[in-house]
Amino acid sequence: MRPCLRLACGIALVAFALVAAATKMDAPADAAFDTRIKTLESELRCLVCQNQTLADSNASLAEDLRREVRELALSGKSDNEIRAYLVARYGDFVLYDPPLKRTTWLLWIGPFALLAGGGMLWWTVLRRREHAGRSTQRTTDPHAEARGRALLDDSDEPPHTG
Amino acid sequence: MKTVRWSIPLALFVVLIAFLWVGLGRDPREVPSPLIGKPAPSFALHQLHGDKPLSTAELRGKVWLLNVWASWCVSCRVEHPLLLQLAKAGIVPVYGLDYKDKPDDARAWLAQNGDPYTASIVDQDGRVGIDYGVYGVPETFVIDRLGIVRYKQIGPLSVESLQEKVLPLVRELQK
Repeated sequence: MRPCLRLACGIALVAFALVAAATKMDAPADAAFDTRIKTLESELRCLVCQNQTLADSNASLAEDLRREVRELALSGKSDNEIRAYLVARYGDFVLYDPPLKRTTWLLWIGPFALLAGGGMLWWTVLRRREHAGRSTQRTTDPHAEARGRALLDDSDEPPHTG
Repeated sequence: MKTVRWSIPLALFVVLIAFLWVGLGRDPREVPSPLIGKPAPSFALHQLHGDKPLSTAELRGKVWLLNVWASWCVSCRVEHPLLLQLAKAGIVPVYGLDYKDKPDDARAWLAQNGDPYTASIVDQDGRVGIDYGVYGVPETFVIDRLGIVRYKQIGPLSVESLQEKVLPLVRELQK
């Protein structure tokens, strides 16, 4: 009976080791796949709760779309193909990073155009002000200038004591 | 010079107001469908009543509406009387896409509230819904003779949306 038990134990151990080895071998590949899916999902918008990503949302549509993304990825589709699949159904709105095209150029260029416009306005105002300052320098009231000078000269004297 | 000085901020203000007027007037929940002008995604699904499947190929050659609904959908009750009226008037066949629903619940719901659909098809796992870009039930699509999606209504149909958009478009397409 004893050797029999030992053999059974041995077989069990070997089987266990094999299973462990097999799962260990699968694990890194799965992890990479999972992170790929997670990254993809966090770049896609859930259409039900519009300020959440597919990864964050608990909406049932988001669940379905996560399933869809996973299945497409498993079937060998690239990230771009998966994005295109969703854009074809829901429009560019599903992308958190919208593509540059005719309908979105204002969105992309707008802030820079505003910044440039504001910068130009600032520059012209500054220049005009500088011009105005230079041209009025000589035309100040001579009395005021004299008074100013007197005050400045005054402060140069040592302070009165007692 | 003086007019230039105040006309620039005024012009900027007018532009800002115009942007806000248009932007805030829009419903952010209404995402324009990329399917408009494209062929309606094909499907072949089981019908809610009887066990014959229905496919898009069978609907070629006629203008039809696809109404996405479910027994769990609250705002579907809002548009339901309108759909019943539409069915009674017989202007255009309305096909129902029973979206992510239990068929038994759906049948009971239709028995209770009336069935406006020429046929209802069952999309239990929501895959056809995804193909149609459904994200807020109810939704209604107008599909032409060639099977092209011409219009999508997101949210319940109303008397206004029917009279101003859907029905004129249907009449135009049926010509």
